[in-house]
Amino acid sequence: MALDVAVSHHEEHESTGIPNTKLGMWVFLSSEFLFFGALITNYLLYGGRAFDTVVPREVYDIPFTSLSSFVLLMSSLTMVLAHHALSVGDQNGTKTWLLATALLGSIFLGGQVFEFTEFIQLKGMTLTTNPASSAFFLLTGFHGTHVAIGVLMLLSLFGISRRQGGLSEKQGLNLELVGLYWHFVDIIWIVIFTLVYLLSAV
Amino acid sequence: MTATTARPTSIYRRPAPKTGIWSWITTVDHKRIGILYGYSAFVFFILGGIEALLLRIQLSAPNNEFLTAAEYNAMFTTHGLTMVFLFVMPVTAGFMNYLLPLMIGARDVAFPRMNALSYWIWLAGALFTYSVIFFADVAAPIGVQGFAGNLDPADQSFLGGLPDGGWFLYQPNAGPYFSPGSAIDFGALGLQILGIASLISAVNFITTIFNMRAKGMRLLRMPVFVWMTMVVAFLLLFSLPIIAIALFMVTFDRSFGTSFFQAVSGGDPILWQHLFWLFGHPEVYILILPSMGIVSEVLPVFSKKPLFGYAAVVFAGAGIAFLGFGVWAHHMFASGITPVAQAAFGLSTMTIAIPTGIKIFNWVFTMWGGRIRFTTPMLFAIGFVSMFVIGGLSGVTHAIVPSDWQQTDTYYIVAHFHYVLFGGAIFGIFAGAYYWFPKLTGRLMSEKLGKLHFWVQFVGFNLTFAPMHWLGLQGMVRRTWKYAPEANFGPWNLAVTVGAFTIALSILIFIFNWTYSKRKGHPSGLDPWDARTIEWTIPNPTPEYNYATPPVIHSLDEFWHMKYSEDDEGRAVRRPEADDVIARLEHDGNNPAEEIHLPHPSYFPIIMASGLPLIAFGIINHVTAAGKALIATGAVITIGALLGWGMEPLEEPHEAGHALEAGGH
Repeated sequence: MALDVAVSHHEEHESTGIPNTKLGMWVFLSSEFLFFGALITNYLLYGGRAFDTVVPREVYDIPFTSLSSFVLLMSSLTMVLAHHALSVGDQNGTKTWLLATALLGSIFLGGQVFEFTEFIQLKGMTLTTNPASSAFFLLTGFHGTHVAIGVLMLLSLFGISRRQGGLSEKQGLNLELVGLYWHFVDIIWIVIFTLVYLLSAV
Repeated sequence: MTATTARPTSIYRRPAPKTGIWSWITTVDHKRIGILYGYSAFVFFILGGIEALLLRIQLSAPNNEFLTAAEYNAMFTTHGLTMVFLFVMPVTAGFMNYLLPLMIGARDVAFPRMNALSYWIWLAGALFTYSVIFFADVAAPIGVQGFAGNLDPADQSFLGGLPDGGWFLYQPNAGPYFSPGSAIDFGALGLQILGIASLISAVNFITTIFNMRAKGMRLLRMPVFVWMTMVVAFLLLFSLPIIAIALFMVTFDRSFGTSFFQAVSGGDPILWQHLFWLFGHPEVYILILPSMGIVSEVLPVFSKKPLFGYAAVVFAGAGIAFLGFGVWAHHMFASGITPVAQAAFGLSTMTIAIPTGIKIFNWVFTMWGGRIRFTTPMLFAIGFVSMFVIGGLSGVTHAIVPSDWQQTDTYYIVAHFHYVLFGGAIFGIFAGAYYWFPKLTGRLMSEKLGKLHFWVQFVGFNLTFAPMHWLGLQGMVRRTWKYAPEANFGPWNLAVTVGAFTIALSILIFIFNWTYSKRKGHPSGLDPWDARTIEWTIPNPTPEYNYATPPVIHSLDEFWHMKYSEDDEGRAVRRPEADDVIARLEHDGNNPAEEIHLPHPSYFPIIMASGLPLIAFGIINHVTAAGKALIATGAVITIGALLGWGMEPLEEPHEAGHALEAGGH
């Protein structure tokens, strides 16, 4: 894809051979790593500060969160399938896998809404209960926001594809960008699930 | 591919004014955005300067009653915030915007619309921060139950309503319990908005430098200013997310009742210091490195020699940035961190002196044996090097922990960071302003007034900040609005105040010189300074399309080698055809062979930016219906503009992210 762009505009060139938008996305994601790095560190520091109030690790429902984590991981697979479908020119397949990815992402978000509701209403752990709960909600809340933005981007691509009966070459690059972002959000969740849920529950 | 491509018709037609106010509001031209940054930042420089003068009037005599304690707090805080975030950062962003594409031989940055977006977001954040003067809310913050809005309206004054917790917003002092009123909320959310602007710029500049270089412009052929731009962009990229999280935590503490930093409910105020300085120390290199880039351009030109140790200067800049992430706790030696941490951070701080020293020696050796011309930009560049050495050396004294304990929170520290940030960053910025003025206007600034400006500023600067060293060592503390007559600080403080007004006078000379020279200055021609880098191979003022034909680069200091060769002993000899080369460049640069198609202007950057302050206003008042409505309105505007942005017709199928390809072949 990058090659086609370069050929059709032979006078201009990308010095690295990577399209600007893709390079920009990589650069942006490198910053996002520090964003979540700060949030995760924050949780690791505060995770035990509860002063005899309810602490996040006591309320985790590990089997439930494992299931929703699995759903999110599967969405990375469907994202790759969408990308692959487009690269072999299968526009219908692209649409299907895009929708599937958005759907899996939404299921994950639904799981998070359910989890938050349960923590707040049944277990009595709210945003302001203690520094530990604040750090937990800040971290998972920001991650959820990232997933939600990803779902919106996926649905936009799906909508464009439906309206036009397929994605053009440039929109294909956009699909790749959304894919990068989506995989990033997934990878961050793996770290969060491991450090914040699994290890602190042990 | 000339401008023959039919533009798709759509309701989202792109604007195309070339003159008038709308052409500036919708511009995506990196040069115009650079000029917008420069002028707006200068307005804030004046504001920050007035704040400094008010502080100095208050301190000019013992037990002075000119400002109240609250007003004094607000003035030093806002002075710091303004000079760091609303002057030095944006004005250097202005230089980068204007020069970066010219120096790498590009037609624009990688993402022209995002470039406009970062300017408008910056302006929105700046205006939002200052708008606390008009929208101060004594009922804020509203996070802590039963503690909300305990600010007595009688305590409010016009100046005292500005942010007042220090530019570092130390917690819990700047938390909900000790800083009632909305001033800190405006400060914290304003910084958040400014951070978004810088992050977008950083992504844009890095992509531009990696991807948009002219043919032959290898990384180690780039001017040092481009290198420093890249280093600064990486510093922003890695430090901004940390301050973003820390500021979110402050906003949550103040507006939503969490207790991240409130010791009274289990939070850890020291964590704020770590997070703030983990951003804050790289931030000081964000402020100084662009000026280091500027003087690395100016010194060789006026010494008629190549930059001594080009690669060393480049890698030293990158080294400073890298080490800059490992020294933050030297701001916290008096905060009760462990002795091991103090020793480690003391050592790591000293290592910063190594790459800094490399740079200083390379600048000195650049001048050594050169044919030096003492023009105004050169004077400011030499002023930079000498003042920065003083500030750098007093900085090393802070790396020695027991010495730092004595200096912490005294005027010695104030003297140090003004020597590096004013004597350093701002002298460098003026060097750049005089040096590149012809690129903006096609005219030269008055040398006579320029030299007067330099000497008045140089004397005023030293009169202001040198005595602060001894005041500090005598024990005068920072951030205190009064001192007793018995302390005997009066005479030197009066001298400092006189110095501050001398600086103000020098700035007035600069403003006069700028406005006068813009209209009446001597025409500069293409190459007024006998310059070395390729931004001077195109006519002045810069044509809208930059390069009529994309340049091809063969070496470092490309333009110099077009004009000069070497004799047997390695001395520079002007080629006989040099004047013809310049005349040809002037002619070709003004007469492109084909029509050049530039990216179209866009309404959406300014619309998108305008939503952010509304959201921030809403967060401060989120318990009221009006607050919720503001958040919703801001979100609708921003997301709507994003959609419009995405659906805006492109003048060509591949325009987005490929601005350059709009160029004619």
